[in-house]
Amino acid sequence: MTAAPAIGAARQAARRNAKQRRFVTPEGIDLQLEIASAGLRFSALLIDLTLMLVILFAVTLILVFGLPGGAGQAALALWLVGFFLLRNFWFIAFELGPRAATPGKRLVGIRVVARDGGRLTVSSVVARNLVREMEIFLPFAFLAGSAEQDLVSTATVVLALLWTLILSCFLLFNRDRMRMGDLIGGTWVVLARRSKMQADIGSASAHPQADEPQFTPAELAVYGVYELQELERVLRQGDTALRRTVADTIRTKIGRPLTGDDEQFLSAYYRQLKARMERDLLFGKRRANKYEEPQ
Amino acid sequence: MPASASVAYSTAAFRREREGDWQAFEALVERLERGSISRLSDEDLLALPRLYRATLSSLSLARATSLDAALVAYLEALSMRGYFLLYGVRESRLARFARFFAVSWPAAVRSLWRETIIIALLLALGTAASWWLVANDPAWFHALIPAELASGREPGASAAALRETVYGKPDHDGLSIFATFLFTHNSQVSITAYALGFAFGVPSMMLIFYQGLPLGALLSVFWDAGLGPDFIAWLSIHGTTELFAAILAGACGLRIGTAVAFPGPRDRLAAAADAGKQSGAAMLGVIIMLLCAGLLEGFARQLVQSMPMRFAVGGGMLAFWLAYFYVPRHTVRDTQL
Repeated sequence: MTAAPAIGAARQAARRNAKQRRFVTPEGIDLQLEIASAGLRFSALLIDLTLMLVILFAVTLILVFGLPGGAGQAALALWLVGFFLLRNFWFIAFELGPRAATPGKRLVGIRVVARDGGRLTVSSVVARNLVREMEIFLPFAFLAGSAEQDLVSTATVVLALLWTLILSCFLLFNRDRMRMGDLIGGTWVVLARRSKMQADIGSASAHPQADEPQFTPAELAVYGVYELQELERVLRQGDTALRRTVADTIRTKIGRPLTGDDEQFLSAYYRQLKARMERDLLFGKRRANKYEEPQ
Repeated sequence: MPASASVAYSTAAFRREREGDWQAFEALVERLERGSISRLSDEDLLALPRLYRATLSSLSLARATSLDAALVAYLEALSMRGYFLLYGVRESRLARFARFFAVSWPAAVRSLWRETIIIALLLALGTAASWWLVANDPAWFHALIPAELASGREPGASAAALRETVYGKPDHDGLSIFATFLFTHNSQVSITAYALGFAFGVPSMMLIFYQGLPLGALLSVFWDAGLGPDFIAWLSIHGTTELFAAILAGACGLRIGTAVAFPGPRDRLAAAADAGKQSGAAMLGVIIMLLCAGLLEGFARQLVQSMPMRFAVGGGMLAFWLAYFYVPRHTVRDTQL
């Protein structure tokens, strides 16, 4: 047994923990919110901007072709108001809803949360989204302005653009992935997981099959919680090739012949391993992974 | 292996006994997320907190005793959705809307009074400076006002021509477009002034100072032609509302800037968040004020032609805003929206 994989496993766990934040409900339960990554945030923003563009385009088409000729003035006024509302209130209106997320955020599965654990107030949502004006639209405005008129020197434009871009990328420079708007609104964006209830694959031992392989305590003592849950993932995925590899690895490890039904072998091993480890858990013994010595 | 089999049976039983509650809670949450709370029946409403607490208690049990990762993940996700629904918004949209106008907006503006005075003084300073410059040397005028904004109102123009710009028929045919354009443009400028506030308030203050420059330059030109009061009346009809809104936007920006620069006993993050919460409601109000200003500028200014009437409208609007924001009244303590 070498130290390197143990360090790797520890690092992986640390990475997972680095994104988790304590969030204790009044009932005293820590919900362990997980900060959404910059990639998720950016994809949500792209989806929202695309949707806004599509809506703007559709409304423009309707106003240009759908209205009688005489209504041109009113149509232009309507378009201006629509553009203004879309630009400033798309994010605000959606984030005030019960799911506190724009369509883009919903699609990638994230939501806005008040940092202090309290209610998400209208004021916070307005503040965090008006700052967006500076983060997204100001760099664009600088670019457009500098292309239009060369009153200012190139150096000034480059510097200004750099400055606004640094502000826009603010969320890359802090652990909590807060952009300027989150800072001022007192919010952060976390994963809003929605998972369906899955079948209980560990409890089939209530009706054991006659030909199910039985494992000795020594054979069950080679793994920890991490390996158990990876095995659970493999079983739930239903990838035959992957199952074969995993089953053969386990067979080699515990010294069994490399033959037999993989599915049956794996689920029997999983059930007995889980039963054994859950019993240990009740006695206060928790073995995080296979590199830890059994207690 | 009889011992481990009986233990395995107990975590399975834990799930079997409780999964009915979880699924009932999930169904309720699903319905609540889609629509309003009024769609739930009385039984559902009574069951909601019980099911929520049952789910949370199952979560802490599962974390301690179960190694089924999918089950713990399911309970965590469900508890989080439930928490934010139950502890999230507790009022209907209509009630929040009413409370915004009755309490939150004036309270937010009132809490900004120090910043409001500073920003108003800056605007006055910008106006006075550019007036003084143009009065001493008319060449400054063209440096302060772009040609397309001036549109003939420059030093040396005849009094008749200047009078025409104040009382004449508007040269644009679409009043509504003009009003909308002004509204959206001014709002965007105000929002930018606010958003830039965190840089210690400096950009907000500069933006407000610059807004005073064309004002002072034009004032100087009209004053020299003996049309000072006429110009002020023409401007005041929407200007009292619009400039007030601009001042408030700058004040919001300055509040955030000072909170970031001088957080006091709190840490910088908490100070910024507090300032953001106070100013957010005020900024929503600024946009509403600018909408009023756009309407006044687009319609009322061309329809009301006499100087006293213009003063009456402009002064009336100013009196209205001042009374709405600053007249003391009995308010509820909780100003959270």
